[in-house]
Amino acid sequence: MIEGILIGLQTALSLQNLLMVIGGCLIGTFIGMLPGLGPMSIIAIMIPVAISIGDPAAALILLAGVYYGAIFGGSTSSILLNAPGVAGTVATSFDGYPMAREGKAGKALTIAAIASFCGGTIGAILLMIFAPMLSSVALLFHSAEYFALMVVGLSAIAAFAGTGQVAKAIIMTLLGLIMATVGEGALFNMPRFTMGLMDLQSGFGFVTLAMAMFALPEAIFLVLNPGRSAQGDGGAIKDMRITRSEAKSIAPVIGRQSLQGFFIGVLPGAGATIASFLGYAVERNIAPKTEQEQFGKGSIKGLAAPETANNAACTGSFVPLLTLGIPGSGTTAILLGALIALNVTPGPRLMLDDPQIFWAVIISMYIGNLVLLILNLPLIPYIAKILSVPRNFLIPFILFFTLMGAYIGQNNATELLLLVGFGVCATVLRFADYPLAPLLIGFILGGMLENNFSRSMQLYDGVSFVWERPMTLGLLVIAAFLVILPSYRARRARARAAGIADGD
Amino acid sequence: MALDRWIGLILLGIFLAYGYTAWFTMDAALAPFMQRNPIWPSSFPKILSILGVVCALIIITGIEGGEAKVGDIDYRRLGDYNIAQALMLLGLMALYALLLRPAGFLFSTIAFLILGSVILGERRWITMIIVSAIATGIVWYLVQVVLGIYLRPLPGFIGG
Repeated sequence: MIEGILIGLQTALSLQNLLMVIGGCLIGTFIGMLPGLGPMSIIAIMIPVAISIGDPAAALILLAGVYYGAIFGGSTSSILLNAPGVAGTVATSFDGYPMAREGKAGKALTIAAIASFCGGTIGAILLMIFAPMLSSVALLFHSAEYFALMVVGLSAIAAFAGTGQVAKAIIMTLLGLIMATVGEGALFNMPRFTMGLMDLQSGFGFVTLAMAMFALPEAIFLVLNPGRSAQGDGGAIKDMRITRSEAKSIAPVIGRQSLQGFFIGVLPGAGATIASFLGYAVERNIAPKTEQEQFGKGSIKGLAAPETANNAACTGSFVPLLTLGIPGSGTTAILLGALIALNVTPGPRLMLDDPQIFWAVIISMYIGNLVLLILNLPLIPYIAKILSVPRNFLIPFILFFTLMGAYIGQNNATELLLLVGFGVCATVLRFADYPLAPLLIGFILGGMLENNFSRSMQLYDGVSFVWERPMTLGLLVIAAFLVILPSYRARRARARAAGIADGD
Repeated sequence: MALDRWIGLILLGIFLAYGYTAWFTMDAALAPFMQRNPIWPSSFPKILSILGVVCALIIITGIEGGEAKVGDIDYRRLGDYNIAQALMLLGLMALYALLLRPAGFLFSTIAFLILGSVILGERRWITMIIVSAIATGIVWYLVQVVLGIYLRPLPGFIGG
């Protein structure tokens, strides 16, 4: 292993490859900030550039840099504008945006940068240690377990999003799931629920929905109630530093989430998105009662958790790619395509045949994380300045970027009308205190959930996989508990408040 | 009845319509060889529709209890807020969606940014024109030249 690390260092520290890392991180950060362009689309755009380089190690290093940069750039727009351009940073906006509204945008961005750095670096160390071992663990998971794992994820999100009113959060999740069934699924090859409209053939666009659920209602709320905007305070810049006690309180969160995020990232299909939501939910659940109420209102723990987890998971998702040749996420699938185009076949033999590629990528992960930290910390005051743009200019620009994000993804003007329509619906839902995040998460996971469900149904010729596979059953039982427990607890608390004695 | 329960009723309607399609009309189009599959395209939607109807009924009947919190905006007093501005901006977005192709990206975007600021009460015309022209130019350059995604810059009749 030491030998491998040395080879990797030698490759990664060449001038060309260092420039690749720096360039990739810069491109990724700036494009990732534009809502609507996630890592997947940026990497797809960069593939022709990477292939023309010719050297597979350099190409992979460039693309990995873009990947990290895009994830960090996405968190910037989540925090400042509540406009997550990447599914993996949706959870970042839960607490990052409230912090920005309180005038702590600088601090929020600093925490995000540090949490990302730690998550990515710890992830890279784990990758070095576990890459060979983990390949065998990931193989134990079948589609039945993936299905159950996603059900657990969705239940956890619904249980935590709906404070006291779990039914509302669940129905929003279900709404997201049924929206994911619109269009032509990969498994059945026939259009479903398109109502005969050609434009719905390929389903709803993820970016359109994300914009409509988060950015657009927020902009409308800003218009409706001008007092909401957090602009015009100079505090955003001088309040950048993290105090000692804050550092102490987020350190364990970062430690836990680096591990958890990494291991979730290793599981194929469960990438940065699930890792960030699960990380948020777990941290919220184990926080002390007083801090729990802060979640969603600008808790630094709630910001650090998803930021750490999504970066650790990004690193983790390289494990199945590099060791098994199985891409764990859409993004790594695109990377796999690029590698094959460069005449490199990822798989168990990669470490033996092309050790310089394998180790150079890992070493460049450290360098990439370091570059991101060095690059972003001094830039934060300038990035945070976005908030001091006068409201009369800022709001049309936010609206314009939501429109652009939806348009670029699909190149279809109907998508823009859908965006406005969904945005109005989302605003009304927000009036009535329906949580919107579960809808989007249901939509993102819907396709994968159904595919894994269908595959297990086919393998077991029915639903018998639920009781024939103990791990599946266990996970589903956990999911049921997650849904029932908060509702039961809320009911008991109300009963107690009303002076009615309860059973136990 | 409070707004959240009215929405529950609408959602019930959506899930019933969805369920009706999944249970009764979708399978008619299924090829005979696919009918032997343990899983049909309608299987997953069927499960979802049942769960959705159950949840909607729980919300409408209020079995779960709990008070809907009034968020940042109290919808019962919508008139107190800048509702006209919000509606005008939404209308402007719809207009932009319809005009983007026929009128070209540069023209419709500059117009959108200026009109958006005007609706919000901005009257510094020169600043507005300069800012929106520069921003439009930068975004167009990034999207068209750097990313290579085609955006028709000018209206069709000028040859864009």
